[in-house]
Amino acid sequence: MTQQKLQITAVAPDPALLDLPWDVPLAEWPDEVLAALPQGISRHVVRFVNHGGRVIAIKEIGETVAYREYELLRQLHRIEVPSVVPVGVITGRRAPDGERLEAVLVTEHLQFSLPYRALFSQDLRPDTATRLIDALAVLLVRLHLVGFYWGDVSLSNTLFRRDAETFAAYLVDAETGDIHRTLTNGQRNYDVDLARTNIIGELMDLSAGELLDEDVDEVAIGDALVERYNELWDALTGSEAFDSDDRWRVAARIERLNDLGFDVGELEITTDIDGTRVRIQPKVVDAGHHSRRLLRLTGLDVQENQARRMLNDLDSYRAAMDRQNDQEQIVAHAWVRQVFRPTIDAVPRELRRKLEPAQLFHEILDHRWFISQQAQRDIPMPEAAASYVENVLRHRPDEDAVLGLAPGEAEPEY
Amino acid sequence: MATVTFDHATRVYPGTERPAVDQLNLEIEDGEFLVLVGPSGCGKSTSLRMLAGLEDVNGGHIFIGDRDVTDVQPKDRDIAMVFQNYALYPHMSVADNMGFALKIAGTPKAEIRQRVEEAAKILDLTEYLDRKPKALSGGQRQRVAMGRAIVRQPQVFLMDEPLSNLDAKLRVQTRTQIASLQRRLGVTTVYVTHDQTEALTMGDRIAVLNHGVLQQVGTPREMYDRPNNVFVAGFIGSPAMNIGTFDVKEGVVKVGSADVPLERSIASGMTDADSGKVTLGFRPEALDVVPVGTPGSFDVEVNLVEELGSDAFVYGTLKGDTDLNLTAGETNQLIVRIDPRSVPDKGDVIAVSIQAGHSHVFSATTGERLG
Repeated sequence: MTQQKLQITAVAPDPALLDLPWDVPLAEWPDEVLAALPQGISRHVVRFVNHGGRVIAIKEIGETVAYREYELLRQLHRIEVPSVVPVGVITGRRAPDGERLEAVLVTEHLQFSLPYRALFSQDLRPDTATRLIDALAVLLVRLHLVGFYWGDVSLSNTLFRRDAETFAAYLVDAETGDIHRTLTNGQRNYDVDLARTNIIGELMDLSAGELLDEDVDEVAIGDALVERYNELWDALTGSEAFDSDDRWRVAARIERLNDLGFDVGELEITTDIDGTRVRIQPKVVDAGHHSRRLLRLTGLDVQENQARRMLNDLDSYRAAMDRQNDQEQIVAHAWVRQVFRPTIDAVPRELRRKLEPAQLFHEILDHRWFISQQAQRDIPMPEAAASYVENVLRHRPDEDAVLGLAPGEAEPEY
Repeated sequence: MATVTFDHATRVYPGTERPAVDQLNLEIEDGEFLVLVGPSGCGKSTSLRMLAGLEDVNGGHIFIGDRDVTDVQPKDRDIAMVFQNYALYPHMSVADNMGFALKIAGTPKAEIRQRVEEAAKILDLTEYLDRKPKALSGGQRQRVAMGRAIVRQPQVFLMDEPLSNLDAKLRVQTRTQIASLQRRLGVTTVYVTHDQTEALTMGDRIAVLNHGVLQQVGTPREMYDRPNNVFVAGFIGSPAMNIGTFDVKEGVVKVGSADVPLERSIASGMTDADSGKVTLGFRPEALDVVPVGTPGSFDVEVNLVEELGSDAFVYGTLKGDTDLNLTAGETNQLIVRIDPRSVPDKGDVIAVSIQAGHSHVFSATTGERLG
């Protein structure tokens, strides 16, 4: 019998990880360590495990590929691309009879994230597919802007988090990816084309499993991704030329990019020899315009559209308090103290697992609008929050860790 | 089906001096299985990605058949990257899993079914076509993934380290399957690996790259028997060839206590820059163990014996030549294949001689083959 000699590669190795049954093939792990059934379509064995108050995802995979993916995920995390956070790689596994077992890659489960299969099986608004596609297009553009070639874009390799009325997409599988200085058009187009094929395939699969509304046109949704991606890519990177008298167009371009949620880090401006024509092209754009602004003002770290919504509420607060002339940061702190925190605190602790705080706030704002319309008066936030908790939140499923399969769905084998 | 031609194809990454692929000239025959092999960073994957349209070509051209595809987008090249994605869809039948890309492309139903059935026959999947992937074994699922590429009937298959994420057992199994399948289909295939064993066992021809430069292209046998230079000699073969640089005196190479005769035609290829030295290579199996003191033999002190059942190898030190630069692949020991039924002990000294005609002579300065 050969003892297993486990090796953990991790930035902050957690000794408690060693307590998991590494001498057992992942597919045979006992139910009591598993968080729930696995989700998504993967070519590898993947399991979710409750571990020290959090959920981790464990994937069995060849050793070299595991180290490669771990390193790639670390890099993506460092450059702040929305992706799962790698915990480490464990090698040297052996079964009690001495047989070698595959290495594993461990990642943190993304809290409050939703796999696409769960989203499609919930009773969501009919444009869910469109909003998921929009989120994936934004993610793909962000990845391409930093030079990341994915190589296997699909809904299965993505997780979604609610972001106000939209979704934010996160990369969960970087196995086939590569980071380059810049991507060629060939690499970008290949990624987009593969994304289209995979998305249509995944939707056809849901359709074959009768999990998708019959009216959904799978091919049209796949095509929509290509269209959305190209629009966004052009808006972010395209050059435009105009007469030098129309200089306002420089500011207009920056504003348009801000609206799309991007900051312009560097803008190339060239003028032709006689100075009559100006050409501008964004060279460095960073996603997260609104979330960065909110973070600077309030210290709250939330997603882009949630931040947009909260900034709007902050603006109304400034107007209502007649504090337009006060320093923005000071007003923002007052807003956090007097509006944001009390609203979240009004939600009973046991119900807070259902949604992220920023998403709760967004939904309470929506709810307030809705009941104000009905009541034909301006409902104050505390009253709106109480009504939301009783009439909406109590009836919603927990989304802290959604891993389970859709009702009635059999577990896919891989 | 088509030929593939790299014509002085060059890729320089922005901000780097040295090309990742430098003036690659390579003609791949219609229906051929060509393996690009070399150490990490040699330019093999870049070359494949240039053919796929994923890397820009900064100089030269690439042709598929007669068509110059240098500036053509990946999806318009009529190629298939095999194994990039082989997650199977659980609710779809095996047939739908194989044919869904054709359905997206708007291919008529009857034609899809026909192509899927043809592919299934080649892949031994006919009886599973109407089942769900759940009913398949790991190997069969691999074949369904291959079927996805086959039904598209591309002109060229491209495979970039397709076995790297499989476990060892499935890797060997799939290796054989890919090679035999490719022969049955006759589709031109370009395959990238860092593993020379994979290259030798799978390819009709092998192209070895190093530092972005094509070193040699030939059949596995040619690469093994007649390497063009020291790099190829050291890279191809497992265990690796013994390679060292030795003095030449009076027409013989001085290897330890042995005088290895050097053909006049080979010796005439030496230049003044070589300062009377050649680089000599001999494979572990080109050495015979002989009684100590046999003329023409040299002594090796045994450091380790590796017994593999059908074979055994001695890892040892050449006696009598102290400042010697002798390597065999990663190790700086000398490797000798010996009779597994007559194995020396660690510390023993054995005498070996190089079989006539089984040494490789390279220039000590350029590393190119002499004669």
